[in-house]
Amino acid sequence: MKAQPIKGSLDDPWSRMMTASIAGDEGAYRRLLEDIGRSVRAMARGAFARAGVGDADVEDAVQETLLAIHLKRHTWDPEQPLAPWVYAIARHKVVDALRRRGRRKVEPLENFEEFLAAPEAEDPHALSDARKLLETLAPRQRDIVTSISLDGQSIAATAKRLSMSEVAVRVALHRALKSLGAAWRRSVE
Amino acid sequence: MRTSELIAALAADPVPESIRLGRRVAAALAIGFLGSLAIYVLMLGPRPDMAAASETMRFWMKCLDSVAFALPTLLLTLRLARPDAKPRALALWLLAPFVLLAAGVIVELAIVPQSAWMPRLIGANAMHCTITIPMLAAPVLMALVVVLRAGAPLHPSLTGAMAGAAAAGVGALVYASSCPDDSPLFVATWYPLATLICMGVGALAGRRFLAW
Repeated sequence: MKAQPIKGSLDDPWSRMMTASIAGDEGAYRRLLEDIGRSVRAMARGAFARAGVGDADVEDAVQETLLAIHLKRHTWDPEQPLAPWVYAIARHKVVDALRRRGRRKVEPLENFEEFLAAPEAEDPHALSDARKLLETLAPRQRDIVTSISLDGQSIAATAKRLSMSEVAVRVALHRALKSLGAAWRRSVE
Repeated sequence: MRTSELIAALAADPVPESIRLGRRVAAALAIGFLGSLAIYVLMLGPRPDMAAASETMRFWMKCLDSVAFALPTLLLTLRLARPDAKPRALALWLLAPFVLLAAGVIVELAIVPQSAWMPRLIGANAMHCTITIPMLAAPVLMALVVVLRAGAPLHPSLTGAMAGAAAAGVGALVYASSCPDDSPLFVATWYPLATLICMGVGALAGRRFLAW
């Protein structure tokens, strides 16, 4: 066993951003997810290309990875760097996405660092299946997710429009994201 | 949905209360152990020769072996539940119970006449052992699978199988004081069989409940 660094002493940008996010910094979390999204996109595009699969569904893999990272962020050990944890999840989800397209043997890139250096911006025209999956949510949950993601409303504005408390909106949003993750998994099987 | 839109929704989702997987697994172990003890009390009870048995080496070897198996499998289960886990170094500890068991078998073969080998191996409770250990392990496995759903195992079936192995170790420990067969020949034959059953069930449960 190597000596563990002292808690909070990790000073790579991702680990710092995640630590800030967990402490409640929404802005840091948003920047981190955008950053991770760009790296995962580059990785997924490479893996899809090598598997001979068109990159029409790359954005799906990116979004599924981001959602998984969000729902499983408590499994990150704050004393370890974030990047290997992100890579493990991204690889898992990209392999899943390729299997779904009938690729049995998938060998995604081992070297995540190169994607950290060569991120790819989102294609503004790329839409994912997530909208289809939104249909599987309960109407109220779907309304809340749509309001915050597609319409860009704040929690407060959404709460006001639906005459709900902000806490209730947050709880409903969290449940909705969890169901979205489950719906995604079912669409894989 | 665009990725930037999804990110807006994710960022608006509040920070979850912190989940400490290690603590949850410990709690599951405690609850499962109590469930296992309840089955023991209600359905099995101690063996008639408990007092005499507790003075033999064979009995304590049996208990030690169960613990030596339950500990590394439990720690491995916890490690497998994290996506960036590196279980290799820990996996070496899995050898410990097998080395112990093999040593016990060798000593037993040396000190017991050959004519007694088969009767000792078959014992009086082969069937009972193979069925009862998985039964005692069931509450532990169930509790473990429930808490492991908060984890993110890259290999859900393997993680489930490992949880099944840990549950079998606990089940074997509880069973030890009920079963009068203490010979390492018996233990080395039927306990692993019972453990394999638990691991098979655990693998199925892992595939079904631990995928994410």
